[in-house]
Amino acid sequence: MADKSSSNAYWSANIRIIMTCMVIWFVASFGFGILLRPMLSGISVGGTDLGFWFAQQGSILVFLALIFFYAWRMNKLDAEHGVEE
Amino acid sequence: MDQFTLNMIFVGGSFALYIGIAIWARAGSTAEFYAAGQGVHPILNGMATAADWMSAASFISMAGLIATVGYGNSTFLMGWTGGYVLLALLLAPYLRKFGKFTVPQFIGDRFYSQKARMVAVVSLIIISVTYVIGQMTGAGVAFSRFLEVSSDTGLYIASTIVFIYAVLGGMKGITYTQVAQYCVLIIAYTIPAIFISLQLTGNPIPGLGLFSTHIESGLPLLTKLDQVVTELGFAQYTTLNSSMFNMFLFTLSLMIGTAGLPHVIIRFFTVPKVSDARWSAGWALVFIALLYLSAPAVGAMARLNVISTIYPQGTQADAVLYEERPDWMRNWEVTGLLKFEDLNGDGRIQFYNDKNEGFAATATERGWTGNEFTYNNDILVLANPEIAQLPGWVIALIAAGGLAAALSTAAGLLLAISSAISHDLIKSYLNPGISEKGELLAARISMAGAIVVATWLGLNPPGFAAQTVALAFGLAAATIFPSLMMGIFSKRINAWGATLGMLAGLVVTCAYLFTYLGMFFIPGTNLLEPVAANYLFGIPPASFGPIGALINFGVAYIVSMMTAPPPKDVQDLVESIRVPKGAGAASSH
Repeated sequence: MADKSSSNAYWSANIRIIMTCMVIWFVASFGFGILLRPMLSGISVGGTDLGFWFAQQGSILVFLALIFFYAWRMNKLDAEHGVEE
Repeated sequence: MDQFTLNMIFVGGSFALYIGIAIWARAGSTAEFYAAGQGVHPILNGMATAADWMSAASFISMAGLIATVGYGNSTFLMGWTGGYVLLALLLAPYLRKFGKFTVPQFIGDRFYSQKARMVAVVSLIIISVTYVIGQMTGAGVAFSRFLEVSSDTGLYIASTIVFIYAVLGGMKGITYTQVAQYCVLIIAYTIPAIFISLQLTGNPIPGLGLFSTHIESGLPLLTKLDQVVTELGFAQYTTLNSSMFNMFLFTLSLMIGTAGLPHVIIRFFTVPKVSDARWSAGWALVFIALLYLSAPAVGAMARLNVISTIYPQGTQADAVLYEERPDWMRNWEVTGLLKFEDLNGDGRIQFYNDKNEGFAATATERGWTGNEFTYNNDILVLANPEIAQLPGWVIALIAAGGLAAALSTAAGLLLAISSAISHDLIKSYLNPGISEKGELLAARISMAGAIVVATWLGLNPPGFAAQTVALAFGLAAATIFPSLMMGIFSKRINAWGATLGMLAGLVVTCAYLFTYLGMFFIPGTNLLEPVAANYLFGIPPASFGPIGALINFGVAYIVSMMTAPPPKDVQDLVESIRVPKGAGAASSH
């Protein structure tokens, strides 16, 4: 295992990335899809509004992007800290 | 060739394929039986996870659920996919690094406690058994409808097929059959969806068709749908007709529950490396999204089609004559999933919302004396090819697809149950000296036993199968998810904290559900009526998962702070699962 300080830096960098992703996860689904929908009602998408689109499709696409971003970013972080497999 | 022969060919062909794979992918060791020897490519594991996860509920029921309520039931779409973000970021890579075979094993080792491990085994078995009942009954129903056998006979056939490939192949056999089952189910779902989208909007991609223009009326499809449903007294499709609070909480409950389902989590033990576990979660969601992006389109378009079948000249004109109803309605009337009753004796089928008091005047004016047409939501997917007048082989494909969805999920659940029994109960607790060969035999016997129990429960469904799914998600959210997360992200949570936290989550969640839905869901034994006025802070039983999770987190934290921190070697274990380096093959000890 890498030394303690490097390992701590790796872990806190990971936590930061996770937190950022979780904020986006929350905003795209619970935010745009549910709570903020009334605020987005002015933006129309195919016969309805943006909030409806986020609830039925947009959130899923954002989830996909998040998971692939996380996998890519963490593989890079692993290499930077020399903890890759 | 008649429809029955086509169904037999498609269903029989897919079954022959599954059994062929099972014989090819026999498990020769416990590592292969529990985790497919950790040699599964991340993309293949993604496909297997998608099939493992998408059950009869996703394949047959979800589009209908969305179609009936519209926007408000987007909860299923967000909830059942958003859980994969939690899995990918918070659980999967670390559990793969830990490198063992079962969820209770992680909990037992991380919290250095047989008690914690046993509480996890109990939770896992309750979650998976309640979940498997729905799969077995679903498979039985699909058989009886498409192969014209009784649903009991259908259930025996389904059990036999699962028995052959799950007992023989374990996780290895299940993985590769799930890959095949995914291909069958996604093709079966997509082909009718493409045709129906082309017919209504001219757009071959159903997910885009949903937001395109309805060819016949020239209006956007969703505007047209809003118009026709409100003209029949139903609530608007694209607006929220329940409370925002409920929608929020139910979505959260589905997400956390999804991330805590043991049969999904163990799929991530099967890939070779930590980075593969990260990628694999992404691939799983890609394959799930292929169905989930089509589902809301299938639902909306099928509902529009049903209404235009009944009102061929538009909702303002007369309804169709019963004698002139299309063939698909005649076919499905036989199954009882469609019902027609001519209340006003005019020979026409009036379909409208007779519960809407604001619409009563319009109905009276048009001479309607009540809604005359009812349908089961599942029909929107099952009859989709017939509504869109597609050839017989597409109908046969739907039969094979529905069965693939039910069987693949059942097999994953049965594996989670049998590995908990043979590995966590027998190997770690009852008979630690058991040999590798003995454990493999025990795993196969546990699997066979689990299939027998699941079949029995499928034959004698406890009459509340729909309710039990709420229990499975609620318990997964309240027990497994918080414990795994704390085990990874905290070094301070100790044996007592984890054990009592899980127990508290388990007991409080069961108590809340039983209070409103009956003791062990037995009708009539509920203490309070399941209506909003009685709910604690207005929380419906099906949305209780996040509260159970909070209770687990809270109890675990407080108890851990009051007792000694975990020993050094456990803290080192947490350090080691946090970095990918050194993830080797799994070991059973």
